[in-house]
Parts: sequence; structure tokens; C-alpha cells
Amino acid sequence: MKGAGMNRIDQRFATLKDQRRTALIPYITAGDPGPAHTVGFMHALVEAGADVVELGMPFSDPMADGPVIQKACERALKHDVRLTHILAMVEEFRRNDDETPVVLMGYLNPMERMGLQAFAEQAAASGVDGVLVVDMPPEEADEIAPLFKEHHLHSIFLVAPTTSKERAAIICAHGEGYLYYVSLKGVTGAANLDVASIEHQLDSLRQLTSIPLCVGFGIRDGDTAAAVGQVADGVIVGSALVSRIAENCDRPERASDELKALMSEMRQALDA
Amino acid sequence: MSKFSDLTRLPDARGHFGPYGGRFVSETLSFALEDLEKTYMSLRNDPDFQAEFDRDLAHYVGRPSPLYHAERWSRQLGGAQIWLKREDLNHTGAHKVNNTIGQALLAKRSGKPRVIAETGAGQHGVATATVAARLGLNCEVYMGAEDIQRQKLNVYRMRLLGANVISVESGTRTLKDAMNEALRDWVTNVDDTFYIIGTVAGPHPYPLLVRDFNAVVGREAREQSLAQIGRLPDTLIACVGGGSNALGLFYPFVEDEGVHMIGVEAGGDGIETGRHAAPLSANAPQGVLHGNRTYLMSDEGGQVSSTHSISAGLDYPGVGPEHALWKDVGRVEYVAANDKEVLEAFRELTHVEGIMPALEPAHALAHAKVIAPTMRPDQHIIVNLSGRGDKDILTVAKIDGMDF
Ligand SMILES: Cc1ncc(COP(=O)(O)O)c(C=O)c1O
Repeated sequence: MKGAGMNRIDQRFATLKDQRRTALIPYITAGDPGPAHTVGFMHALVEAGADVVELGMPFSDPMADGPVIQKACERALKHDVRLTHILAMVEEFRRNDDETPVVLMGYLNPMERMGLQAFAEQAAASGVDGVLVVDMPPEEADEIAPLFKEHHLHSIFLVAPTTSKERAAIICAHGEGYLYYVSLKGVTGAANLDVASIEHQLDSLRQLTSIPLCVGFGIRDGDTAAAVGQVADGVIVGSALVSRIAENCDRPERASDELKALMSEMRQALDA
Repeated sequence: MSKFSDLTRLPDARGHFGPYGGRFVSETLSFALEDLEKTYMSLRNDPDFQAEFDRDLAHYVGRPSPLYHAERWSRQLGGAQIWLKREDLNHTGAHKVNNTIGQALLAKRSGKPRVIAETGAGQHGVATATVAARLGLNCEVYMGAEDIQRQKLNVYRMRLLGANVISVESGTRTLKDAMNEALRDWVTNVDDTFYIIGTVAGPHPYPLLVRDFNAVVGREAREQSLAQIGRLPDTLIACVGGGSNALGLFYPFVEDEGVHMIGVEAGGDGIETGRHAAPLSANAPQGVLHGNRTYLMSDEGGQVSSTHSISAGLDYPGVGPEHALWKDVGRVEYVAANDKEVLEAFRELTHVEGIMPALEPAHALAHAKVIAPTMRPDQHIIVNLSGRGDKDILTVAKIDGMDF
């Protein structure tokens, strides 16, 4: 368990700020292609330059995800991967890495089914630092937010290009750790990026909050990472990594190598 | 004032029906929903909008639909008088069109050139394709691959109407997955696309507006009942998938405490087998899916369960949030009818009254068969005959070993 001090996410962003570096945040789905591989993948991502690891909690109905992450959920759920298993993965990861922040990302129903109290307690005990509940906007977070706070878990929220000024203010008031700015209209895995418009939106968010602004959706290689890295405090990459896993389902060693290769490419591009 | 008057004032400003409902969506959808809410709230009490809606219902849909006294069937069952609210006679053959007419008017006012829909049995898809044709809107309908197989006629009908039917291969390949896919489409194309949801589920304001557009069913039935029976009915029965035809019939009677209401869910192979689509009558746990909190069939890990029903239109693991509340406060009794009973009721009404019901309302008929004989001949039941059976002929034929 972490000490009474700062949340690992805050610590990590403070360090990055001192070093004037942009955070590189990979996302993979827990249990994809099988539960035995996740912890190894997490370490591989960190080795190749990840600053924060986002771990997806698979759900049968991932409404906000594109086909790549939908299929990852299906692969994981074939093994009946549950939240308790995912928390055990984080615990195992923590045995060799007590520094890298871990953020869980998923949908509300599995957490409710486990019990929000139990989930918050056990997530904190396993070494989770933040939780992003995709289908829970701040207006519906009355019950969950205080539980997360009590257990020193950061509540991470999404902001979209379509989010109104009034809503952005509400989200910024609730958001902790970092804000996840969705760079385009659509689901995860979609393509086209417009860096100028992202910059414009991030500027107006900076009027509302001082927490780091990270950008996800549409970042897939060194070039897109570098472009967005110019304007954001962090870049989040999901579908591009998950596709590497999908292509190498029966060769997890190779999947791990490809994850590392993509992460290194992005790390170098960001640090150049 | 009735002890149920409070129910008429829901949902609250954030779309909650007691602990149910709400707007549990990704931030990427918030804007579209706020926008829709604004549009609808500004038109909800607008006399011009209402007049246009009423005109379309009268001249395009063919309302009011009759309240028909099924005398022969009532006599045969030997108890209460059974009356059928003939939504099967609507243009396109089901109650679904009441809602699509309303939402199409909203789409028209919002100036969006494209509409999308999800569909299970295909009735909502057909109704959407129909209004889209009439208004010259592009239309794409998401439908689970499994439902495309069992509702081939409706798929072809939608194509004839000019809609593009998109097969959904993810998850259980039924209605819930079609809804996921439609929501994904909507977040991607929100600038030019209006999403016409087909039942009283989904995020706020959908449960509210779909109920409002279907409440014409209950308003008519109430008046017809006073005129034809001379008083309010004793019992209302409707099938419940997402719950739109049931809410449409029930809502205008909610304060009439003497009117007993029964919602009939899909019992599939039987509640005890676990192969059903009856979250309310099986007492499924609370959960969150498609933007609202409700009773939701899910496994211990919180993954949404696959459901089973002979009727594609009821094959859904959740239920509209207003029904969840009405169950808890005891306003409506929820029961299930299993596939076998449903087929019997389908055949019986066809033989005895010459009316072939869709398999969805055949669930309501199956329950009428159970309770009518326990009631007196001076008591009256209204069954919502939410749609006609043409679309199900191939399904029934297959059960009878026929192949066309
Ligand atoms: C004729 C008919 N009745 C009922 C339903 C179920 O929907 P709901 O519960 O929203 O009325 C359907 C759905 O396809 C239908 O086609």
C-alpha cells in the first residue's frame, strides 16, 4: 500500500513537469488475450517508457469503444476475467513496481455488481491510483466519488470536443489526477486528428483547472504522439497497442515486443 | 389526488425515476443528449408541435385505433370481458410508429438529414424507415445478426423503404448490441444525425419522450373505455420488452387506483431455467446499461447476460427505468409468459377472433388467458395488442416444420 503522501499520479506528473516532459500513457485491456499475460505487458510498457498505465476492465457492452477494444473485451471475457482478478493483477504488478501509477478504466455495471464500497477498498489496497468510469459523468457520481476520495483513488473524467463550457466547469471541479480529453468525435480507435483544434480546446480548459490535460483517441504512432505532445501534458494510446496484441494473440512474447517497440517509438518522439 | 399522483411528475429534472433512470453515458454523448433535451422540452407543450403530431397520427397512422371487444374469445375463456386495443391496425403494424412519428418531427425541427435506429423485431426499424422515407431523410438501422435471421421479412421491408440495414455481429448479436452500435454511430456522427430510440429505455430524455409519444394509446383507451364499457376497465395487460407499449397504455391510468395493471415479460423457456428476458419478474439485480439504471440481467461479474425469447422484440436484458420504479412502488404487477404459452395464445386469437397478433403482444394475451377465467363476466380487461403477426409468420411456420 502507498503511504499517506501524494497519490502516485500527482507525484508522477510533478516529476514530469520538473523534467519538462510529456506523459506517455498506454491503455491495454486486462485479461487480453488471457489473464496470464497482463502483468507482463504492464511491465513491458513501463520498461519502454510508460509514465502511467491505464488498465481497461472488460465489459460485455463497451458502448464508447470501437471494434478494436470491443474485441479485446470479448477475448478477455472468454476467460471470465472479473474485477477481483484485475485487482489481483495490479497487486502482482505492484510487487515489482511501486512507482508507476495505475488507472483502471471501465464501465459502471461490473463495479456496482461487486459493490462500490468493496471495489474502492480493494482497488486502493491492490495499489490502484485512479479510476475512470466511462459511463459515469460527474452528475451521477454522488455515491461513488466520496468512496473513491475516502480511499485516495483519483476520479478521472473525460472531456469531449462537444462538451459545453458549463459542463467543462463541472467536470473540472470534480476531476482529479488528470483530465482525459477525447480528441475527436467518435469511439476509441477512430482516426483523424486536428491538433490546432485540440490546442484551442486545451487552452480553454486550462482556464478552468490546473490538473494535467491528457489527450486520447486517435494517437497511434510517434508522429501523432509528438504532434499532440506539443500541446498536451500527456498522450494516451489505446487501440494502436491493443491491435498489436490482437495480431499476436497466440504469440504473447511477440505481442510484448511489439508493445515495447511502439512505446519506444512514441517515447522517443515525445522526448525529441 | 391518488396515492400514485407523484408518479405522474416523474422523471425529475435529471431524468431520474426514483433510484432509476438518469444519464449514465460517456461524456462524448452528453452534448447530443443535452441538445435533444433542450429541443424536446421547448416543444413538449408547444401547441403547434402537438397539433402537427396529432395530425400525423390521425391521417398517416390512422388513429384512433379501435378498442375491440373480443366477445367470442371472452366467452370461450368463460370469465372477464376482453377488449383489444388495436395497435396492430396502425400504419406499419405496431404501436412503434407513434413514437417514430414524434421523434421524426423532432429530427425535422433539428434540421438533421440523417436518422438512425436500433431494432429487435424490426418493427421499430420499419417504423423509422417509413417516417424517414416520408420526410426524405437518410436512414440506417442497426439490427443484431441473429435478429436479421429471424425477422427476414422486416429486413426486406426496411430495404424496400430505402433504409440501409446494418448487421451487428458483436456481443450476443441481438437488440442490446444493436443499441450499442447505434450509440457508437451517434457519437461519431452527432452533427448530422438524429438517433430515434425505439423504447422507453436509454439515457434521459429518451424514456420520457418515448413515453409521451406512446401515451396516446392510453388516452384513447381511457376515453373508449368510458364510452364503450361505460366505466374504466378493471385490468390492463401489456407485454414488456423495453416497455414502450405498456407505458403508453398504462401512463394515462396511473392515478386510477382501481385499475389493476399487469406487465408481461418474456419468460422464454421459463424463469426457473434462466433462459428468459424477464428482469422484473425474475427480480434481476439493479444495474446500468445504455445510459440508465434499472433492473438488469447480469452475471456475478456484472457482465450483461444473454437473454432468450421466441420474440425478438422482447429479447432485451434490461427494461425502461419507469417500469423499475412502478414495480418497486407496487403500481404495476410484473409477470412472465413462456414461449410455449405465447404460441398457444398466438394460435388461439388467430383462430377464434381472426386476428393474428405479433409474438410480443401474444405474451399479454397468454396472461389474459390465465386471469380472465378467474374473473367475473361483468369485469373488463384491456389487452394492448401492440402489433400484428405478419412479421412472425416465418418463425411460426418454422416451428410447424414448414419451409418457404
Ligand atoms: C409489436 C411489438 N410489441 C412490443 C414490442 C416490445 O417493445 P416495448 O416493450 O417497448 O413495447 C415490440 C418490439 O419490437 C413490438 O414489435
